[in-house]
Amino acid sequence: MAGGIVFGTLLAMGRLANLGPFSRVATAYVNLMRSIPLVMVILWFFLVIPLITGRPVGAERSALITFTAFEAAYYSEIMRAGIQSVSRGQVMAGQALGMTYWQSMGLVILPQAFRNMLPILLTQTIILFQDTSLVYAIGAKDLLKAAEIAGKNHNRPMEMYVFAAVIYFILCFTLSTMVKSLQRKIAIVR
Amino acid sequence: MNYHWNWGIYLEQIKGGGETYLSWLMTGLGWTVSVSLCSWAIALVLGFLIGTLRTAPSRRVARLCTAYVELFRNIPLLVQMFLWFFVVPEFLPHGLSMWVKQEMPAKEFLTASACLGLFTSARIAEQVRAGIQSLPAGQRHAGLAMGFTLPQTYRYVLLPLAFRIILPPLTSEFMNVFKNSSVAFAIGVLELTFQARQMQEDSEQGIETYLAVTLLYFICAFIANRGMSWIEKRTRIPGCIAAET
Repeated sequence: MAGGIVFGTLLAMGRLANLGPFSRVATAYVNLMRSIPLVMVILWFFLVIPLITGRPVGAERSALITFTAFEAAYYSEIMRAGIQSVSRGQVMAGQALGMTYWQSMGLVILPQAFRNMLPILLTQTIILFQDTSLVYAIGAKDLLKAAEIAGKNHNRPMEMYVFAAVIYFILCFTLSTMVKSLQRKIAIVR
Repeated sequence: MNYHWNWGIYLEQIKGGGETYLSWLMTGLGWTVSVSLCSWAIALVLGFLIGTLRTAPSRRVARLCTAYVELFRNIPLLVQMFLWFFVVPEFLPHGLSMWVKQEMPAKEFLTASACLGLFTSARIAEQVRAGIQSLPAGQRHAGLAMGFTLPQTYRYVLLPLAFRIILPPLTSEFMNVFKNSSVAFAIGVLELTFQARQMQEDSEQGIETYLAVTLLYFICAFIANRGMSWIEKRTRIPGCIAAET
């Protein structure tokens, strides 16, 4: 249930990594996505996708597409910041060595940029993991919804809510602790 | 794509009531803004307090505050909403618990504001701490050398500087509060998202509904952004890099 959604978003991360925020369209897209609440985006996609494709899609699939589109905006911002954090001299050095744009990007800039932004990227993934609980709005079955249903079936809603909270906490806390130690390990020595 | 457009929908009367859909949306906007502002106030006060205490010399206090921040940061907001709404009243003393469940006025609103406020306060605390730690140690030493006590050093030297440094992230946090308030629909606050869902089901004019609501959120975020950048401009320290641009 929750796994499918999380997996889908990880996929999205890989796929949309090089969404270029260089063009105007991309900038507008990013700004739009960042300025409306995720719940609204989820509702929008749930409404609009069936209109475009002409047939209803399930809540789970709709959620998957939504998160792909939504997170693309956030990830692309992080990528941009990461690339911009590499000093200009590196680009020039790459060019001076006779590298093409793609060579210097792939061999010089991106490895450094990636190192810089990996912690933020992972943090965003943790936030994303938490945000998946919002698909509740369209009734997709994630951890929270499942907990609620289980709670209603056994007439024990309190315990199930607390249980869901504890699971989220353990997962996120472990992940963020790992990110912190990773950050210390891979930091570029200046 | 065969969609039946109807742009006049906002002004149409709702069946069985004297209201228009527009008035629904406006009520929603009102609740959204009030939940956001309420929780922003809570978050600012608590966030500054806890962020400051995290840099305090006492290990135990700092650790306690770190635990607070980690707790609120690692549970999704929606789950927290449910916890506050359904679970917390159960743990109160019996009389108070009954009062909260049955008689407390504007129960959803208060729960949502408290929850969102505490959630945001953890994030602000993190920024305040980062802001204070980014100050050169000389500032603190200078304050202490002038004969200030530690609280005075914080009050007159460190916090005013840290506040200015963290203003940009605070701006985006303020915008986040507006966005996050949309989660309050889950416990039944009649805010924008709630009204949007209701209007969409009632009128079956989904695109128009969501367009209007998206626009309203956009306006909220924009006003918040402008307001904060105005404050930023007014409180800028002359001579810093930011002052020249």
